[in-house]
Amino acid sequence: MSAVIDDHGHAHAHGPAKGLMRWVLTTNHKDIGTMYLWFAFCMFLLGGSFAMVIRAELFQPGLQIVEPAFFNQMTTMHGLIMVFGAVMPAFVGLANWMIPLMIGAPDMALPRMNNFSFWLLPAAFLLLVSTLFSPGGGPNFGWTFYAPLSTTYAPASVTFFIFAIHLMGISSIMGAINVIATILNLRAPGMTLMKMPLFVWTWLITAFLLIAVMPVLAGVVTMMLMDIHFGTSFFSAAGGGDPVLFQHVFWFFGHPEVYIMILPAFGAVSSIIPAFSRKPLFGYTSMVYATGAIAFLSFIVWAHHMFVVGIPVVGELFFMYATMLIAVPTGVKVFNWVSTMWEGSLTFEAPMLFAIAFVILFTIGGFSGLMLAIAPADFQYHDTYFVVAHFHYVLVPGAIFGIFASAYYWLPKWTGHMYDETLAKLHFWLSFIGMNLAFFPMHFVGLAGMPRRIPDYNLQFADFNMVSSVGAFMFGATQVFFLFIVIKCIRGGEPAPAKPWDGADGLEWTVPSPAPYHTFQTPPDVK
Amino acid sequence: MALNRLVTRLLLLTAVMFAFGFALVPIYDVMCRAFGINGKTGGQYEGSQVSDPSRAVRVQFMSTNAGDMSWEFHATADQIEVNPGAVNQMVFVARNPTSKPMSAQAVPSITPAEAAAYFHKTECFCFTQQVLQPGERIEMPVRFIVDRDLPGSVKHLTLAYTLFDITARHPPVAPAATQAAR
Repeated sequence: MSAVIDDHGHAHAHGPAKGLMRWVLTTNHKDIGTMYLWFAFCMFLLGGSFAMVIRAELFQPGLQIVEPAFFNQMTTMHGLIMVFGAVMPAFVGLANWMIPLMIGAPDMALPRMNNFSFWLLPAAFLLLVSTLFSPGGGPNFGWTFYAPLSTTYAPASVTFFIFAIHLMGISSIMGAINVIATILNLRAPGMTLMKMPLFVWTWLITAFLLIAVMPVLAGVVTMMLMDIHFGTSFFSAAGGGDPVLFQHVFWFFGHPEVYIMILPAFGAVSSIIPAFSRKPLFGYTSMVYATGAIAFLSFIVWAHHMFVVGIPVVGELFFMYATMLIAVPTGVKVFNWVSTMWEGSLTFEAPMLFAIAFVILFTIGGFSGLMLAIAPADFQYHDTYFVVAHFHYVLVPGAIFGIFASAYYWLPKWTGHMYDETLAKLHFWLSFIGMNLAFFPMHFVGLAGMPRRIPDYNLQFADFNMVSSVGAFMFGATQVFFLFIVIKCIRGGEPAPAKPWDGADGLEWTVPSPAPYHTFQTPPDVK
Repeated sequence: MALNRLVTRLLLLTAVMFAFGFALVPIYDVMCRAFGINGKTGGQYEGSQVSDPSRAVRVQFMSTNAGDMSWEFHATADQIEVNPGAVNQMVFVARNPTSKPMSAQAVPSITPAEAAAYFHKTECFCFTQQVLQPGERIEMPVRFIVDRDLPGSVKHLTLAYTLFDITARHPPVAPAATQAAR
């Protein structure tokens, strides 16, 4: 329809520019979304290779492959790169690609800022990764960079780390502003808030979380910078400061951050499960309110990361109960996903497999989170592999499987080709088995007392650690296979129709596949 | 235009949250003092209480040097038994064994942390900085009251001082003035 209207010979109907400068200068949401996704995938492989170093060292007890100092840099960089380089940019990439298509907008509201927020990321991560080659090595204080490890006792490269965090923060905040401005200003006529797909809703709430907490992260690294170079004493007891203050400020950012990494996955799965159940999403309104409730609660639970620093009993009780309260809206969501599948006419294509695994395994991660929320029990679990098992269960089959599910679900729209379903299913099963082999034994070694972030361990943990390492290598190698599947899909394959999934719903399926460079220049009619 | 107004508001929210990050510093201090969080003790106590001879609490003293602080620093007794409400005194001794004048700051902490709000110092060397000439030795008194409302579960508590070298930040220029203030 719009093609007919566009045929006036105007210069508007142009395609992408040619050559490299297309990507440097682009303001097109699809180009920028693609760049975000590729960047995130590169970082996923880099952060994954750091994880392989960690698992190789932990394959057997004793020190065999890397020095403990380098091991510390690997745990730190693995965390930083996966959180800030892989998961967050992947979701921003999905937001860039899909939000305008889902709400019938021609592009993001602030396209030039969109370009800038992407191009800050390569600069930030070049700065961060380059520290590994500096004398004294890269950041070695864990991704949580607790003071005074990250101030008084930090390697000289910590200043580069601080500026890298600043750049990532600016990029995320600009991305979030862009998402909010797009959703609130560019919806097609008739697309009321309560008609928006849940991916759009969860991203709207995520964007507000980002704007609320990324500046606090910027503040805490600025305080570190001032302590290190300008003689202040925010975190130094010698000058009247307090290292525990660091943990409060950090986790005020850090806890909402973990929801920033999962809410968009909730949204994507809430589109995918109905599509392959051939039923509308059960309890749409309750999903929206549950997301809002989770976002609100995320601000008042931060000290559950700090049960052992010596907060008063009243504080422990408050943060314990507030944390357990999060299980209520999360339970509503899981209930709704299961109810959507109930009596549905289910098929199990790759996006659905990843989505179902997401629901089951994320719930397991949620339950171990509830165990950790019990303050007296946490005294036992704190800083053990049980914690590592918990947050990998919510991040790998949570955030990462959510991203894989989204990628397979929308790849036909992005590339115009169907991906190879057999290979994709193989990718799923190898990922599923590898991931569970890698992380499930960590629960046991953690409960038995194996501490995290240590390159060596007691002999009794040897067998479980070997299983973990084998699973991790399997999961890691499988992701190179995913790269192959995506490239194969881009280069060819069965042509995808505009709506390749018969149960799918949403405006993105009304445009042809691959989505034209410009879409919805005339707003669609939303009934 | 609606878009400009929205973006301005969002940028403003960003700035407010950045400022909030820094505002957490004084908020944290106030909360710590108000609730005795983290073993932080309050400032100088002005009140007075009546001694409760029926109950005894053991107070232990610890003294630690932070980092590369080179002073000799210790309490004159390891522990004393006190009655809640009574005014007690303990003398700490510090000596500067180096050949340079130095200044120091002691930071107190109470364990268990829940007892911090019930431990009142009427006089403490931690309220001021200490300046010692080479080889100089001082005796520094602490006067304190353990509050009568101290929870019954607390049978003994520990007062720990960590002594920090603050010569770089507060050059020991006017030892006389500091002495006079004390």
